[in-house]
This record gives sequence, C-alpha cells and structure tokens, in this order.
Amino acid sequence: MNMTGVEGIVLLGAIGLIMIGLAGLFMSNNVFRMVLALVILESGANLFLILAGFHGLGIAPIFLSNHAISDAGHMMNDPIPQALVLTAIVIGVGVQALALALILKIKAHYNTLDMSEIRQQMEYDLAKNNDVTLPASAQSPDSLVRSKVICQAEQTQPDHIQAKADVQQIGGSVNG
Amino acid sequence: MIWFVSLLVFVMLASAIAVLLLPNMLAAVVASSVVSLALAVLFALLKAPDVAMTEAAIGAGLSSLLLALALRRLGLWRLDDDDVN
Amino acid sequence: MRNVSGLLFSGGLAFLLLVIATHLPFGQPLMLVGSDIIQASPHEVGSANVVAAILLAYRGIDTLGELSILFTAAAGVGLILGHRASQNVPPTQVKNNSGFISQKGIELMIPLLLVVGFYIIFYGHLTPGGGFQGGVILAIAFFLPVLVQSDARLDHNIISIIEGLAGAVFILIGLWAMFYERPFLQPFFNGLFAKGTLGELWSAGTLPLLYLALGLKVGAELAGLLATIADFSITETQGSLSEDDTQ
Repeated sequence: MNMTGVEGIVLLGAIGLIMIGLAGLFMSNNVFRMVLALVILESGANLFLILAGFHGLGIAPIFLSNHAISDAGHMMNDPIPQALVLTAIVIGVGVQALALALILKIKAHYNTLDMSEIRQQMEYDLAKNNDVTLPASAQSPDSLVRSKVICQAEQTQPDHIQAKADVQQIGGSVNG
Repeated sequence: MIWFVSLLVFVMLASAIAVLLLPNMLAAVVASSVVSLALAVLFALLKAPDVAMTEAAIGAGLSSLLLALALRRLGLWRLDDDDVN
Repeated sequence: MRNVSGLLFSGGLAFLLLVIATHLPFGQPLMLVGSDIIQASPHEVGSANVVAAILLAYRGIDTLGELSILFTAAAGVGLILGHRASQNVPPTQVKNNSGFISQKGIELMIPLLLVVGFYIIFYGHLTPGGGFQGGVILAIAFFLPVLVQSDARLDHNIISIIEGLAGAVFILIGLWAMFYERPFLQPFFNGLFAKGTLGELWSAGTLPLLYLALGLKVGAELAGLLATIADFSITETQGSLSEDDTQ
C-alpha cells in the first residue's frame, strides 16, 4: 500500500487507536475507564476495516442519476466493509450499554469501581457461598484488608448471601 | 488535504491518550466524544458517507449521552478534578 | 509488571499490524464480491446507495441477526437494572429541572428532529443515511425531554409496543418476499412497489419499507436502553438492601 499518501497517515491513526485502547484496557484499574478504552479500541478496528476498502481516487458507493453504471462502478470504493462497519458501530453501542449496566450494578453492590477491590470482594463472596476458607494469598499478606472486606460484606448484604446459600443447598439436594 | 488529514489524526490520537490520562471522568467522556467526531470526519474523507453519518450520530451523540448518564448515576459527575479516580 | 507486559503486548501488536498492512496490497480489488455487487445491484435491487442494497438485500439475514443482538443487549440491560415503576418516585426527587430556555428550546427541537429522522430513513436508499442513523436521531428526539426535566419519563410500554411491531413488520415483509418466490428478506417489486428509475423515491421496491421498520426498531431499542439507565438509582438500591438488613 502507498505509505506516503493519505492512506499511510490514516493507517498510523488506526494502529495508534488500537494500541491506545489495548494499553488502556491493560493498564487502567478503574472499570469505567476500561469501558472507555474498549470504545477507543473498537473505533480503531472500524477505521482499519474502512481503510481496507479504500483506494486512492475512489468515490463514494452511491450512484447518481447522471452516472453510467459500469463507468462509475469501477471508480467506487468497496461497499462491503462499509456495510460491515455500519452494523459493527450499532452493535458496539449495545455492548457498551450492557457493560455500563453491569458497572452500575457493581457500584450498587460493592460501592467501588476499583478492579482489585472488586476482585477481592468477589473472591470472598464466592468462598463464603461455597463454605471454603480462603487460603492466605501471597498478594494480600495483610489480614487488615480482608477483615475490612469481611465486615463490609457482612454489613451490607447478609440476606443476599444467605439467599444464595439457600439456593445452593436446594440445588445440591436435587443433584444429590 | 494531506496536512488536514495529519492534523485530524493528531487530534484524534491526542484526545484518545487524554481519555486514558485525564483524572476527571466527565472530561474523559468528552474526550472520547472528540475521538468519535474526528473519526467521523476521517470516514467522510475516506469516501464512506454512510459510516460517517453513523459514527457522528452514534459515536459522538448517543454513546456520549449514554456514558454521561451512567456517570451521573455513578456519582462521578464533577466539574472539578480533585481525586475522582 | 502488569503494565509493562501490557505495553509490550500492545506495542508488539501495533508492529505486527504495521508490517502486515505495508505488505498487503490494500485498496486493490482483492475482494471480487464488492465490484460484482456494485455492477449488479442497480438492476437487481434498484437502490442508488450500494451500502443500503448490501445491508438489506444481499446481507439481510445479517441485519436480522444484528437486530437480535441489539434486542438481547436491551433485554440484558433491563434484566440487570430492572424496571422501576414511575409512580414510586417520591416527589422530593423531582428536582434539578433545567431552566426555561432549555426546556422551550428542546420543545421546539423535537418536531425538527422527528422530521430529520424520518427524512434520513425514507431517503436511505438514495442518499447517505438509512434506518440506523435515522433511528438513532428518533431515539434522541424521544429521549430529550427526559434529559431536561427529571420528572418526565419515557413510557416503557409504548416503547416495547413500537419495538415489537417494527420487528414483526420486518420479518413479515421478509416472509412476503417468499410468497413471490424470492429469497427470505429480499426486497421485491410488485404492484405499488414498482421498479422505478434509479434515483427516484419509489425505485427500490420494498426496501424503504424494510428500512422504516429497521429504523423504528433501532430507535425504540436505543431509547429504551437510555431510559432504563436514566431510571436506575444506586442510592435506592443500596437503601433497599439496608432495609432488608433491619428486618
């Protein structure tokens, strides 16, 4: 591909967007910022796809009334990537709304958006529901954090946990 | 033409980096809207008018509205940037 | 450590993409399907906009699948957040109304937005635009009053009725095409929907009808998504949890 023209610059932009989005997904610790990084990553992929159907002197894939079909058809950009990207953008906003709904629910239950705190509390909940004692993990040597987490979880949602445990017992007896 | 495209790509990448680095979440949402807007102009320059319209309506309009609404519900809707993160 | 490995991974992926893209002949007619469709679609579909012809005629089942993905996302959001009955809102929460100017301005804007949205949907086969873009503009037009007045609410029943009807019409038109021995969801020409000359409003058979159903469905779906997220209140959920504790 011609790297010196417009295509080369746009290609750099698309790769930059993909790279920034990936780096944000890896490095951010806030769940909301991870959704923003996901949006950027998706935009970069869309730009890459559109670029694949572009050739230097092409025109938009729309016939005008004074076009001869065979002449105009040879000059047009590839319409198939455009149709694919059109659906991808709309699906992207649906996925984004689903992620935001999950984040709202996480904030309502755990009252935090920090990835490591959420993971800790979820591990605690899972262990409690399954009657497993948490092994002392090397990453969290201080028992202070865990006791804080335990207190918080017991204060906010014993009913919730109890209901889950009941369901699990019923399920276990049915399976047994 | 080529200078315009270079400027557009530069603005787009700069605001994409700003999305990740800004401490204020509201500012980050606005920066992601700027990314979508620059992307829509790029789509129009790449002769894909349908996609440009979709990106302008969904990416810069509806998606930012969705993110801003969720931000308000999360209680992160603050105009001053003291330790929001 | 995690940061370094993440940066390394994304840098490596960027390098890989760059190398692949410089060695591939971009923009050459690698995909012959595209040029074939461009040559055939004015005669077969009659739509001046080739992207619209691909979306609804050549890849119609893809669009149906995409609608079902969107429906699944909306249903998932509704399931996760739950509906809150509008009469349960205590009157103390009705506040934060924006000023007189923005309320009246938005009342003036709504009919204009509706006209623009329906124009974009109806002329989707002639000009850039179509069901998705027009549907988003319709969704925003219906959602704007909720944005300026916190006591205004979207009626979820009306939204789900519009959504269901539009989806049913989309599939019924697809089945109607099979009645005339065309493939499922392919636009066809018959009677009122005659094949006119390329570039006129009535020139693409039933494609504008399909686009109208698609636009209404997308618009209702997205407006429902926005309304569900706008109705959700974290403090109320937490309040209900602590109420459970006391019992």
